[in-house]
Amino acid sequence: MSSVPNPLTPPVGGARASGRQRRVLPGFGLSLGYTLAWLGLIVLIPLAGVFVYASGLGWNGLWRIWTEPRVLAALKISFGTALAAAAFNAVMGTLVAWVLVRYRFPGRRLFDAMIDLPFALPTAVAGIALTALYGGNGWIGRWLEAAGFKVAYTPVGITVALVFIGLPFVVRVVQPVLAETEGELEEAAATLGAGRWNTVWKVVLPTVWPAVLAGFALAFARGVGEYGSVIFIAGNIPMVSEIAPLLITIKLEEFDYAGATAIAVAMLLLSFALLLVINTLQARLARRRGGT
Amino acid sequence: MAPQTGGNVQGVIALDPPQLTMAPSAPTVGARPASPTSEPRWVQWLLIAAAIGFLLAFLLLPLLLVFAEALRGGIGAFLAAIREPDALAAIRLTLLVTAITVPLNLVFGVAAAWLVAKHEFRGKRILVSLIDLPFAVSPVVAGLVFILIFGAHGWAWPLIDEGVQLSLPLLGQVHLQLPKIVFALPGIVLATVFVTFPFIARELMPLMEQQGSDEELAALSLGASGWQAFWRVTLPNIRWGLLYGVLLCGARAMGEFGAVSVVSGHIRGRTNTLPLHVEILYNEYAYSAAFAVATLLALSALVTLVLKTWLEWRHGESLAATHRH
Repeated sequence: MSSVPNPLTPPVGGARASGRQRRVLPGFGLSLGYTLAWLGLIVLIPLAGVFVYASGLGWNGLWRIWTEPRVLAALKISFGTALAAAAFNAVMGTLVAWVLVRYRFPGRRLFDAMIDLPFALPTAVAGIALTALYGGNGWIGRWLEAAGFKVAYTPVGITVALVFIGLPFVVRVVQPVLAETEGELEEAAATLGAGRWNTVWKVVLPTVWPAVLAGFALAFARGVGEYGSVIFIAGNIPMVSEIAPLLITIKLEEFDYAGATAIAVAMLLLSFALLLVINTLQARLARRRGGT
Repeated sequence: MAPQTGGNVQGVIALDPPQLTMAPSAPTVGARPASPTSEPRWVQWLLIAAAIGFLLAFLLLPLLLVFAEALRGGIGAFLAAIREPDALAAIRLTLLVTAITVPLNLVFGVAAAWLVAKHEFRGKRILVSLIDLPFAVSPVVAGLVFILIFGAHGWAWPLIDEGVQLSLPLLGQVHLQLPKIVFALPGIVLATVFVTFPFIARELMPLMEQQGSDEELAALSLGASGWQAFWRVTLPNIRWGLLYGVLLCGARAMGEFGAVSVVSGHIRGRTNTLPLHVEILYNEYAYSAAFAVATLLALSALVTLVLKTWLEWRHGESLAATHRH
């Protein structure tokens, strides 16, 4: 099971300063019981229900649904656009974090505060705003379309929405790491005759890679399942720009619970597997760099 | 964090007053133009321009556009769209759902953080991963989950439809029947609680771990009961972090779309939350009205951002380390 940490908080449960105090404070039993009961009731039992339902379909049934061309296309579009958007965010998010941490310019604090907008702005609002902005008549879409580049109602539009949704994950994970990189290392590299480009590329960025990868993973995980901001700009043409979560709702409206469940299970399994790979990669990177 | 260290005044282009955020290796003002630990000035400007351009195109313009589109039909149309009965019903429902969801997750968050941060036990990491699980689940899947259980073909449907007769010792015949859950308020609340499940817990865990248990132990040794230590010591210590978590949880609860869309049934005036109302108006080509209602959500998002930023600046020392500026 992969852990998807909240981007705003460091992982918990690792090394502790005061590991010796064993159950000194009261309330262990009560808080354990309450936490497990509530977790089970709201999250675990309902989620397990999906897998129980899916197991009722059997492998053959699941496989038949997964290999339907429309389902396959939707899964490809969801994972493809989420990967593309996360990759784009990994680059641009790191650039934004760099600029916010290292440079001083007017309006820096405003931009810094604005990074969290996608966390706060409801996805449906983001969806209709991005559609109006990047549509044929929009402030930006107009120019892009004049240049022969159509964004809204294409997979590119989906990617734009996912870039919006995923941006804060990368910036907020990379920012603190970048702020803590040691200036001494850069000075040492410079004293030893390294050019600035070399110093940044070989000294600064390697300490940041694990954080960038973590941000990438979070942005990807959020993007695969994203619904509200995407459905407006996607155009939702089957086989072309129809995402997997939308196909689930379509199947539900047709009372095709088996189809909806099969797609949901495919999404859960695929994203868990991918996150596991990314987490392992990240752990290995962090270990090789002596931890970040 | 210390604002400045020694003579290391930050920023070649320090047009802003010195910042609190540390940039340890930032170059000194008036240093040689080609300082070995900073980029040439034209590179800096280029990177800043790229970052700002990107943020404008993806964050600021969409936000501005919401307000521009909402007011395009004039202020009268704007007010009419907000005062319409269906819109008012959606506002009430959204506030009600948020008001139920946040306290539920608040109690859970405090309990889970108390458990994880103040005690050592086996399987802690797994528990934390499980609490994070809803972050990795698509909101639509979260909605689907409750349809499979409580929907018209779900396992719990007989319980909702007809109820069950139980003959219990002492109580005798008991008729147990659940209220309608899917396509009604309980379903919307359940889906929202699921989606916002980790928010407050994840905010408090690192904070309470940083603070350790020393103060609580001191209170206990002075004769306080466990509850007294919690109410008088722990709670005051975490109050700003708690507010921070409530803010994030509330914002997401008000804006949740995917999960609620699946379980709500879109019954106008009854099970439509504000985001769903925006969708319906938009799909009916009532663009101005859709954007007018959307401004309410955008405004609440802006209030959230302002409060959050204020908390980070004003009470940064009582938040988890990563939020300090």
